[in-house]
Amino acid sequence: MADERFDVIVVGAGPAGTAAAYTIAKAGLKVALIERGEFPGAKNIFGGVLYRKQLEDLIPEFWKEAPLERTIIEQRLWVLGEDNTFQVAFRDGRFQDPPNCWTGLRVKFDQWFASKAEQAGAVPIYETVVTELLRDVHRVVGVRTDRVDGDLYANIVIIADGVNSLLGKSLMVHREWNPDQVSLAVKEVISLPKQTIQDRFNLEDNEGCTIELIGQMSKMAGLGFLYTNKDTLSLGVGVMVSDLQKKRVKPYEVLDSIKRHPMISRLIQGGEVKEYSGHLIPEGGFDSIPPLAGDGWMICGDAAQMVNAVHREGTNLAVTSGRLAGETAIAAHLRGDFSFGTLDDYNTAIRASFVHKDLKKYRGVHSLLGFGDSEKLFDKLPESLNEAIYQMLLVDGVPKKDKQKMAMRLLRDAAGGNLDLLRLGIKGWRAMNG
Amino acid sequence: MSQTIEERLYTIRYKADDKSHLIITDHNVCENCRDKPCNHFCPSDVYLWHDVERMTSVAYENCIECGTCRLACPYYNIEWVYPKGGYGITYRYG
Repeated sequence: MADERFDVIVVGAGPAGTAAAYTIAKAGLKVALIERGEFPGAKNIFGGVLYRKQLEDLIPEFWKEAPLERTIIEQRLWVLGEDNTFQVAFRDGRFQDPPNCWTGLRVKFDQWFASKAEQAGAVPIYETVVTELLRDVHRVVGVRTDRVDGDLYANIVIIADGVNSLLGKSLMVHREWNPDQVSLAVKEVISLPKQTIQDRFNLEDNEGCTIELIGQMSKMAGLGFLYTNKDTLSLGVGVMVSDLQKKRVKPYEVLDSIKRHPMISRLIQGGEVKEYSGHLIPEGGFDSIPPLAGDGWMICGDAAQMVNAVHREGTNLAVTSGRLAGETAIAAHLRGDFSFGTLDDYNTAIRASFVHKDLKKYRGVHSLLGFGDSEKLFDKLPESLNEAIYQMLLVDGVPKKDKQKMAMRLLRDAAGGNLDLLRLGIKGWRAMNG
Repeated sequence: MSQTIEERLYTIRYKADDKSHLIITDHNVCENCRDKPCNHFCPSDVYLWHDVERMTSVAYENCIECGTCRLACPYYNIEWVYPKGGYGITYRYG
């Protein structure tokens, strides 16, 4: 492996890194795709939903061959109280054709996606950890790996090493993430017969549905999810690490309490847990995005905090950032200039894309979750909302006007008074429309 | 159908290195750490404080490589690197 030289080295064969390597390989450049797992996807998990648009920009009609689970035609939101549930849902057959998004499992998907990069000419270097970036003064000139004689050199290194991004940290492009900038998600894949899943979720053939869960997260800032795959369900919870630090609750105990909830337990009943997994999600949002390029390097995907937590979008932001970094690398190659001056075009391209615009729109959400509002938002309000609806729907002779007053009082008390309810409302509105 | 953490971890394929990729930098720091949150926040119960031995044990072979401890140890007392290439966890679903 000694003295091997590449035009570009991509570190990490997740959606961001593979999109970059695929783009670069297709242009005929010599690109290495390095992955620490036994194969791409071996270490990767997500909720997970895969979106069409951004991947289609790269590989037209990829869904005809990619390993996907179910086409999502219905999305539900459940607000869980202790033993009640307020539900909203939206179903539209148009989400089938063209497909809008699918459920997926990353071990299969990432392997397939990386195989496309390999077919395009990317050189796979798997089971290899990049331990540090090689630098010539300020310029990144290659990577050191944990292989014997494992130094590799390139004009550009694309850093797509995921949420922990030890390489990003070593570049000092970001300090260590704060515990409130990441959530820990734990998930189980639960197997059930295909027909049982379809009956329980009101689905046919390859139709799928997603359920997002709010409430009952052991008083922590967190969200749950239950997604339908072909013959498995993905059930998980994501909790802010700063809350986990304080509350002395084990992450899998939060998952257990969700599994016991009456609305969930009957959907997973009889299923067998095939896999337990855990992963960090970068949820710092817009203000946590580090500088994206420098002399000889660019950074993409989770490593750059590119996750839209509000819409649970991540892999699509990763794919787009990888593609844009790849296109910038090709332009730099043609120009023969790999300095920050040229690679900053990647930053410009990100700013012009939905990645930057969407994250900017929700930039206030992160601070909304801090400052003591998380227990209100994720515990008291869901509980009170359910109680208020119970009271409204209960026919017990109490006049409706009094019932409405009672319902408003419940919500007001949960928020900590009239002013706080108003403040939370305004803050929430601003956070979603920044 | 709630399961123990042992049953859960049994669903994951591990290839454990003979050397830990997680190192407690200073056991005295654990001794003086009041809450020992690592005993709770780890999704695979890697860390456990032992009162008699006055130390935190590290079951690195159970680690699912999420990185929570790297960020959530209040004293940044855990040296965290990835397992050697090809070692550690391999998911089957993901």
